[in-house]
Amino acid sequence: MATNQTPVPVHRSTVRSLLRLWPYAREVRWRIVGSVAAALIASGSVLVVPLVLRGIVDGPIADHDLRALWPLAGLLLLLGLVEAGLFGVRRVIVARPLARVERAMRGDLYAKLQRLPVSFHDRWPSGQLLSRATSDMFTMRLFLAFPLVFLIVNSLVFLTGTVLMFTLDWRLGLITLLPAAPLMVLTRHFESRYAELARRSQDQNGDLATVIEESILGIRILKAFGRHRTMAERFKRQTRELRGTELAKADQLANLWAVIVGLPEFALGCALAVGAIRVANDELTTGTLVAFLSTALALRWPVESLGWLLAYANEAATATDRFFEVMDEPEHPDQPSGHPVRAEQGIRFSGVRFRYPDAPADSPDLLRGVDLHIRSGETMALVGATGSGKTTLTALLPRLYEATGGRITLDGTDIRDITRPQLRELVSVAFEEPTLFSATVRENVLMGAPDATAEQLTAALETAQAGFVERLPAGVETQVGEQGLSLSGGQRQRLALARAVVGEPDFLVLDDPLSALDVHTEALVEQALRQVLGGTTALVVAHRPSTVLLADRVAVLDQGRIAAVGTHQELLKSSPVYRELMSGEAATGPAAPALEGSTA
Amino acid sequence: MTTTVEPAKSGKSDESAKSAKPADTATGAAEAEELPPPDEGEDIPVPPGAARTLLRELLGPHRRPIAVAMLVVMVQQAALQSGPLLVALAMDRGIPALRDHDSGPLVAVIAAYLGCGLLSTVLQRAFIRLSGRINQDILLDLRGRIFRHAQRLSLDFHERYTSGRIISRATSDVDALRELLSEGLQELLTVVLSVCYIAVVLLVMDWRLGLAALVSFLPMYLIVRSFRRRSLRVYRRSRTAAAGLIVKFSETMNGIRPVQAFRREAANNAAFDTTNRQSAAATADGLLEMARYVGFSRATANVWITGVVVLGAFLVSDGSLELGVLTAFVLYLRRLYDPIDQLAMFLNSYQSAAAALEKMAGLLAHEPTVAEPASPLDLPANALKGREVGFEQVRFAYRTGKEVLPSFDLVLPAGQTTAVVGATGAGKSTLAKLLARFYDPTSGRITLDGVDLRELSTAELRRGVVMVTQESFLFSGTVAENIAIGRPGATREEVEQAAREIGAYEFIAALPDGFDTDVRKRGGRISAGQRQLVAFARALLADPAVLILDEATSSLDVPGEQAVQRAMRTVLAGRTAVIIAHRLSTVEIADRVLVMDQGRIVEDGTPTELIDGRGRFADLHHAWRESLV
Repeated sequence: MATNQTPVPVHRSTVRSLLRLWPYAREVRWRIVGSVAAALIASGSVLVVPLVLRGIVDGPIADHDLRALWPLAGLLLLLGLVEAGLFGVRRVIVARPLARVERAMRGDLYAKLQRLPVSFHDRWPSGQLLSRATSDMFTMRLFLAFPLVFLIVNSLVFLTGTVLMFTLDWRLGLITLLPAAPLMVLTRHFESRYAELARRSQDQNGDLATVIEESILGIRILKAFGRHRTMAERFKRQTRELRGTELAKADQLANLWAVIVGLPEFALGCALAVGAIRVANDELTTGTLVAFLSTALALRWPVESLGWLLAYANEAATATDRFFEVMDEPEHPDQPSGHPVRAEQGIRFSGVRFRYPDAPADSPDLLRGVDLHIRSGETMALVGATGSGKTTLTALLPRLYEATGGRITLDGTDIRDITRPQLRELVSVAFEEPTLFSATVRENVLMGAPDATAEQLTAALETAQAGFVERLPAGVETQVGEQGLSLSGGQRQRLALARAVVGEPDFLVLDDPLSALDVHTEALVEQALRQVLGGTTALVVAHRPSTVLLADRVAVLDQGRIAAVGTHQELLKSSPVYRELMSGEAATGPAAPALEGSTA
Repeated sequence: MTTTVEPAKSGKSDESAKSAKPADTATGAAEAEELPPPDEGEDIPVPPGAARTLLRELLGPHRRPIAVAMLVVMVQQAALQSGPLLVALAMDRGIPALRDHDSGPLVAVIAAYLGCGLLSTVLQRAFIRLSGRINQDILLDLRGRIFRHAQRLSLDFHERYTSGRIISRATSDVDALRELLSEGLQELLTVVLSVCYIAVVLLVMDWRLGLAALVSFLPMYLIVRSFRRRSLRVYRRSRTAAAGLIVKFSETMNGIRPVQAFRREAANNAAFDTTNRQSAAATADGLLEMARYVGFSRATANVWITGVVVLGAFLVSDGSLELGVLTAFVLYLRRLYDPIDQLAMFLNSYQSAAAALEKMAGLLAHEPTVAEPASPLDLPANALKGREVGFEQVRFAYRTGKEVLPSFDLVLPAGQTTAVVGATGAGKSTLAKLLARFYDPTSGRITLDGVDLRELSTAELRRGVVMVTQESFLFSGTVAENIAIGRPGATREEVEQAAREIGAYEFIAALPDGFDTDVRKRGGRISAGQRQLVAFARALLADPAVLILDEATSSLDVPGEQAVQRAMRTVLAGRTAVIIAHRLSTVEIADRVLVMDQGRIVEDGTPTELIDGRGRFADLHHAWRESLV
């Protein structure tokens, strides 16, 4: 999962990627323009300061005319205050708007992800999505706030400063400018090597995080088998690899900085020598030299910064790509067509086929033409060997996955002709893995029917035998989930069951709803569930005889098809597959004696 | 389950720090009725001074390299900061000398300038490499400490603190410190040194101007202090908001099926929007604080520069200051205030690193309740495959004082298979966890062939006792690797044999890459039941003297369960086994059944005895037979 399975496009244009931010940046375009203008004027004033200094040195000081000093000093002060004010204003005018842009992008991403089908989420680890919602957002916001502005400003400042230096003295200007080209080339060179290493270190960091995460999530297994050492060895190896990469990174950074520090110093030294000679020869005033050196120093930052500003733009482009990778993902829009509703009642699967989009090409479909009719008000148990596709079949009904062939109808209407929200209102599901959210017990259960009354809540909890809720610290108001009380598998399963039945749905899907319950509780739940099942059309995935007995009829899923349908007793006699599943006896044997024996 | 509850910062949180999609949500294997209540406090209490002690321990071994790095950066800064001074020399000495046709001084100054440039370049490079090494060694040390410590901590700790919190200690908190070390500290060092140098140079060049310049430190200090205080408040808010965002986000994505099935999208969007708004407001406030700081500090700096220039002009004009010195002075002065912005950034990364360090120190200061013995004993050599288990006057209560198991005695002879049944919360799992030494008893002792479990080294203990739980977490890697956790170094044949014996061979072989299928990659869709079979194969391979199964068959279908039972009768024959089961079918293979109720063993006998009796087990068994109709 640490391995990033998102493709890294090789040929992509940074600019084109960044332009995609426009719809979001549009709203703040004038703010950004204002920010650029403020930064530009502020930087401009930085460039004017050396000129004022020259005026002071060559004018009042040289002439010993201190009265003439005041206007110039006043100008200097004004420039300083303008610079400071504008640098502050630059940040102020974009602060809230940019935070809004980040919020909008994050909100859109979240909403989009909720709309995307489950098959998308199967492919994408949640960590990959999370990093898009957090660090990538941060990168993009920062880009708009800083690198974007300064790429414009610094380029302009650099140009202006260069012109200024050439005006002051073109020879010195040439000398100072000479290293700019190699500086940028070398900077880019080291940056790109650094970026490569940074990417590797990111991946290694991800792998390391995986080891950490698994060592915590799997702590019981590691402790049960005393395997800390194995894991610790793996961890140690990976931290050492990461250290190696980080050291290589530091080396590249060291080279980068050597260039950034060294080259301009060298050029300045040369300019100083030539300038001093020219001053001595009276070809240049002292004030001009001072102004020149000040300007040259003031330009160091814009030149140095171009390298990493470009690198940052690159990073922001990557973040933008990653964001739009998700946003561009096609949704399957609801296309309810006004097909006439046929009179047939209940759930019908006809020729339903399904394969996971990431299944190997040479593998057969998981479901290869399922035909099954569940009559209105009937409870159908679905049994089949481990991995036969029972859970998958149940997921097709609320359209968590879209069948790749055939059709499913509810009371005669094709489920594709019902909007997903409507469909999911009709069909209620209890999943095999009961997930609770960080919310109260009440909120978790009422997810199934937000408008349910207090009586319905109580009834649902009773059906699921969730009496333990009363003994929780705050009853139904107790916080559960990651940020609350952790409940046992059996308790979570009972709450998930309550959630499924609370809205008294027309169609109910239960995926092995009793697996984590002890015998006693299971018996009680079954009893209560019979009542609920009486008033609904239900499909119940069952692993065990006891669950099967909740159903009126049983369907056996085998080889991607429904192999047999009938009552428990009928199937025990007629279906070898069923007999094996229910009794464990080899399919060739006679009818299961253990079960038959206990029938009486 | 994998939610990272506390992001270090909204910023560069690590890519896959929170990436594991939970392979299995059923990690809370312990039954809540048996669980100690979670601590009210959000975090592990941090003993006073723990963060400082940790820092000292981390830095301690690197005292020498740190001293060298400091020296390097001091010389480097000296070389770098000498630039303006040399410019002044060139103007005040070099140019007049050159006018007198003496090029010596100017050549010397230019040579010195270029030399200093070269020196500072070389030293800058050396410093980055050196400090990189120190940083990485410290991080290596810290990562290792946290990892090893988290592994050492007892299960009761892991049950109290959500996995997300421990994971974020070892990932995002380490990242916060890394950021500080790799960027912040280096920057701070440079800033402090350059400020010191420049201050000294200014005072040396002209003490009157120097003093005037240094007075500006007072208002600067006040501005920095106010920024620190105000931004700390914003920082806390933005942290809380970011944590809320991450929790909501991860929960939604990890629970996307129920989210969509129960049409939670709109409600989620609304809830997310609230947190998102809080986060955006905090972000904006943080930016505004920064803007305020930058504006005020720049203004102060520029006012001071003007003041010094005016003062300097007067001094030059009355002849007590040379023009070159004033030039150099102004150049230096601008440099003096250059690092203002960097300082703010340093303060930000310092804040998050300090908070992170505190939390990591808290985790490290937490002592495991189940400790390794100082001088471990070996188990006596044994001809039998199983070992005898003894509970002597064992009693177990939570730290809160709530008694789970009142004092009891129990002997499980070597080779016996014992089933433990009872309602949820009867104490079955606690019994199993005591035997696996996930917990230590509050009083009394548990023995393996007469040796107290607490006297055994972890390695020896795990050769003796292995527990398979209901949760069936799979580690990333291939199926074969997951089974081999049972016995590292096992051959492929042994791994496959174990899978075959447990009836898992067929489904594994049918996976896209068979035993080499990566469980987290394409096609690695493995159902809950199949995962439990893998867990069994792992236990089979471990070949322990005592095997504990805690609800380990809950997701298996009947054929799966029967395969497990077959394996118990054949491969594991002769082992001492404790089976905790919801399903009474499992009980049929037991030699002995213990019925537990409210922490007490209320019935004890062979299955036949108990079934024929009139006790609870007979009732339970009757109910179960009924259910099989």
